[in-house]
Amino acid sequence: MTIPFNNPDRPNSYIGRTVPRPNATKLVQGRGRYVDDIVLPRMLHVAFSRSPVAHAKIGAIDLDEAKAVKGVVRIFTGADLAEVCTPWVAVLAHLKGLKSPPEHPLAVDRACWVGEPVVAVVANTRAAAEEAASLVVVDYEELPAVTDTMTALDKDTPVIHPELGDNLAFRRLHEEGDVDAAFKTAHKVVSAHFRTARHTGVTLEPRSILVDWNPAEGQMTAYHATQAPHMMQTVFAKHLDIPESRVRVICGDVGGSYGIKVHVYPDEVATAAIAKVMGRPVKFIADRLESFSTDIHARDHEIEAKIAVDVDGKILAIDVDDWTGIGPYSVYPRTSAIEGNQVVNLCGGPYDFANYRAQTTVVFQNKTPTCQYRAVGHPIAVAITEGLVDMAAAAIGMDPVEIRRRNMYADDAYPVTSPAKMKFEGLSHHASMDKLIEMIDYDALRADQAEARKQGKYRGIGIASFIELTNPSPFMYGIGGARISAQDGCTVRMDPDGSVVALSGVTEQGQGTEAMLSQVVAEGVGVKPSNVRVITGDTQVTPYGGGTWASRGAGIGGEAALQAARALRDSILEVAAAMLQAEAGKLDIRDGQIVDLESGEERMPLEELGRIVYFRGDTLPKDLPRELVQTRHFITMDYPFAFTNGVQASYLEVDTDTGVVTLLKHWCVEDCGRVINPQLVDEQIRGGIVQGLGGALYEEIHYDEDGQLLNGSMADYLVPMAAEMPDMVVAHVETPTKESELGAKGAGEAGTAGAPAAVMNAINDALRPLGAQVAAMPFTPERILRALGKIND
Amino acid sequence: MKASAGGYARAESVRHALDLLAGSEGQGRVLAGGQSLVAAMNMRLSVGDLLVDISKISELSGVAVEGDILRIGALTRHAQVGADAQIKTHAPLLTAAVSHIAHAAIRNRGTIGGALAHADPAAEFPACALALGATMHAEGPSGTRGIAADEFFEDVFTTSLSEDEILTSITMPIAEQGEVQILEEVARRSGDYALVGLCLIKRAVGHRIAVFSVGPRPILATNAMAALDQGDVDAAVEALSNEIDPPSDTQASSAYRRHLAGVLLRRAVCRMKGETA
Repeated sequence: MTIPFNNPDRPNSYIGRTVPRPNATKLVQGRGRYVDDIVLPRMLHVAFSRSPVAHAKIGAIDLDEAKAVKGVVRIFTGADLAEVCTPWVAVLAHLKGLKSPPEHPLAVDRACWVGEPVVAVVANTRAAAEEAASLVVVDYEELPAVTDTMTALDKDTPVIHPELGDNLAFRRLHEEGDVDAAFKTAHKVVSAHFRTARHTGVTLEPRSILVDWNPAEGQMTAYHATQAPHMMQTVFAKHLDIPESRVRVICGDVGGSYGIKVHVYPDEVATAAIAKVMGRPVKFIADRLESFSTDIHARDHEIEAKIAVDVDGKILAIDVDDWTGIGPYSVYPRTSAIEGNQVVNLCGGPYDFANYRAQTTVVFQNKTPTCQYRAVGHPIAVAITEGLVDMAAAAIGMDPVEIRRRNMYADDAYPVTSPAKMKFEGLSHHASMDKLIEMIDYDALRADQAEARKQGKYRGIGIASFIELTNPSPFMYGIGGARISAQDGCTVRMDPDGSVVALSGVTEQGQGTEAMLSQVVAEGVGVKPSNVRVITGDTQVTPYGGGTWASRGAGIGGEAALQAARALRDSILEVAAAMLQAEAGKLDIRDGQIVDLESGEERMPLEELGRIVYFRGDTLPKDLPRELVQTRHFITMDYPFAFTNGVQASYLEVDTDTGVVTLLKHWCVEDCGRVINPQLVDEQIRGGIVQGLGGALYEEIHYDEDGQLLNGSMADYLVPMAAEMPDMVVAHVETPTKESELGAKGAGEAGTAGAPAAVMNAINDALRPLGAQVAAMPFTPERILRALGKIND
Repeated sequence: MKASAGGYARAESVRHALDLLAGSEGQGRVLAGGQSLVAAMNMRLSVGDLLVDISKISELSGVAVEGDILRIGALTRHAQVGADAQIKTHAPLLTAAVSHIAHAAIRNRGTIGGALAHADPAAEFPACALALGATMHAEGPSGTRGIAADEFFEDVFTTSLSEDEILTSITMPIAEQGEVQILEEVARRSGDYALVGLCLIKRAVGHRIAVFSVGPRPILATNAMAALDQGDVDAAVEALSNEIDPPSDTQASSAYRRHLAGVLLRRAVCRMKGETA
């Protein structure tokens, strides 16, 4: 039996409705349980002495003063931990040529970025550990630092890892069609130099881990703020020489991740190694400065790109040369080549064109390592693509909406393979654009813009179409040899009181995964969502799964939950049929009651069925299956990724005297397939847009030429704040994926993917009458005034 | 990060606070609202301080008009300054400044005396004090003294207060009939420190212009003031550009700040004349 999703009046119709989040009350009342809330007997705290320089040989380490601090229990150097923890090398087989040196939990011999952990101090309190860490004296013999991406491969630039030969981590060239010929004969060619600034995720809860080693059981328990508990289980087991089955990773409440908490961090592995050596629980909670200097950074790209169009605005070719600096190590185990690779995969995404060339060059440098952060590569690819399309439209005097309509894949063109070799199952670019244009009342907005211009106000409208990669298959990581599960599972059981417990391999980071699971299971079984308890984030308890990343929770984890729930429903109905001497096919479960499918007449509450199965099973037929528990796993098979699409619009005003941009309004129409919980999806989109707006206007990690981090605090690193955020209007087109019954694709990254490009295009739309253009993010007041030629140095 | 304080004592009176400072062998730090000091301690930028908490000394708080002088106690919190009717009447520049200072939580704790004594060159209150021609009143072991604003602010986070002195109040002439007080600033986000800020006051005897976030301390732009007294706005902008030497940092370059100072002066003049910029 399939679920008639299109009928909102069907029984148990929780999928598609805004259902209250089961964990919201707990979090709002301050009753959440984050890692730092957990206190274990005999627990110790670790703090790290970190490299103050970007590149240095580590000489003598003097620990005398540090050891004398009251409360200090033990101090570890890189050499100490190298004896108990093997180093890791972050490469993947399918990213051909990717190289990276072995990385240790604490630097051995050489420190390669400001903030790299060098010495670990373990004490009774965090304060004592910090005090002692500040007294550790390391003799750093400074080496030349590589900080500029574009000159990292020059002959006279020092090589950071001489054993690797050069500073090139990875390079990929993709070419389709005859790009050079297309450019040679094109009606118009437009080129631009884009920059996206290095920024970071700034989670509300910093990275946190508490590791306990019980030698009596030979078991390690890590309480960890992570997106991928099973992946971390493998990592700890492998590098600390523990059987995988003897590592348990528990992930309770997490205060935001955004991709930051899906990676292996040296200080966290060091914490686990120390716990194992000392046989005591050890806690590490990053402080805000540590977050800025050691959480992964992202988006540090510089791009030269061009587009060729014919006289009708048809895109003939796109050529992209992308460069990114990733710090001194590729980050384990997902690697730091994925972001550049995504730029190659995603540029030109919405458009039907033939000739495409893209190259990404990924280089080492002496800065904090970069890796996957929300909407990996998307904001960069969308900025390049949508920036070029707008510039081309302006060059041939065409409306930016019209040029997009002439180039986007037709809504009936699917399935289709893009010039980047991405396979699209079904997208809705035109329907989404139509909806957006209606929503923003495009003509009225243009009239308002013209009216404002008469008053000397420079307002701009920016449009950005985009695609988003979600629901990844093993083609993302597994194919490259990483033990990162693309499959996910869910176990659903009914207890004697008729309530349902769901255990899922996807995880809750504060984004509402458990709400989504509760309503999917509620509908699948036929109970109220409030009668479903969801358990996630415990490798010893939940089915094996990948966790939360690449917008997979609803599409993969949700489908596993739906199938498990449907299977449990069948099991319950089989028992009910025996008890009621009815046909299972003529019964249904609604609101926790066994009912007649046709009439809806109530036959028996689930608690009665539970009572009989669990306490008077003797009254049931001997051969009746009575397992009120079912597990299902789900993996996508037909497509490597479930692509989604959407389009955003930004309306803003530029103060051409100060360069300040005021965001007036923002819109997004997106298509994530089946919308399970409208409010949760809308808030995912809004939150994503805000992070995209941060990248467009505010967020930028600054280093000086020696590799010193210049803005490591919330006062200096500007995140978007409520006062500057515009009203955001979100709407949906639904093109469910046929790969699953649920039909859901991901929605977590769409907002972030499109917002920066929409803002860039709006600013340039505002500045165009003045002959100015910006393409380097963030668009600070100063960068805008420089584009206007108003600053004299 | 965890703060590492050398000690803490709550002062019962100004005299008690002065005694505590005198006995601290140079390690004493006055704790009022704590909105800058505690943040610095939490970053371990300030370690080992013996904190002398003056926040419970009630005599240091409050607003009073004494003839043609407005007196504001050093412990008067930003939120109180912003809501005070007498301040709004007699020194509206301060009322305007409060809406630019940080966020509600900080305004509820931070004190005007703390902001002045901290002397952040990007902060609003020091520039306001300079523009208003305020006097800072300090008490030390040998008695009290008044310090004119243009002698009070010396350098980044540095004032002419001695280590054994406490700032007790600030006084300024009440606004005269027809006086105009205007504050303009540009910040990256609401509540951030200004990229550049400017105070403009028009009195019968002439204009006063104080600029902040353009140097190591707030600057009284005397040449620009003179040009404005002549009614020459272009010359005032030119003069202002020449009498500031703004720093460059991750938020803005010196050249941008210099440009912005001129834009803000023009806008302030427009507002002064009742025009829209």
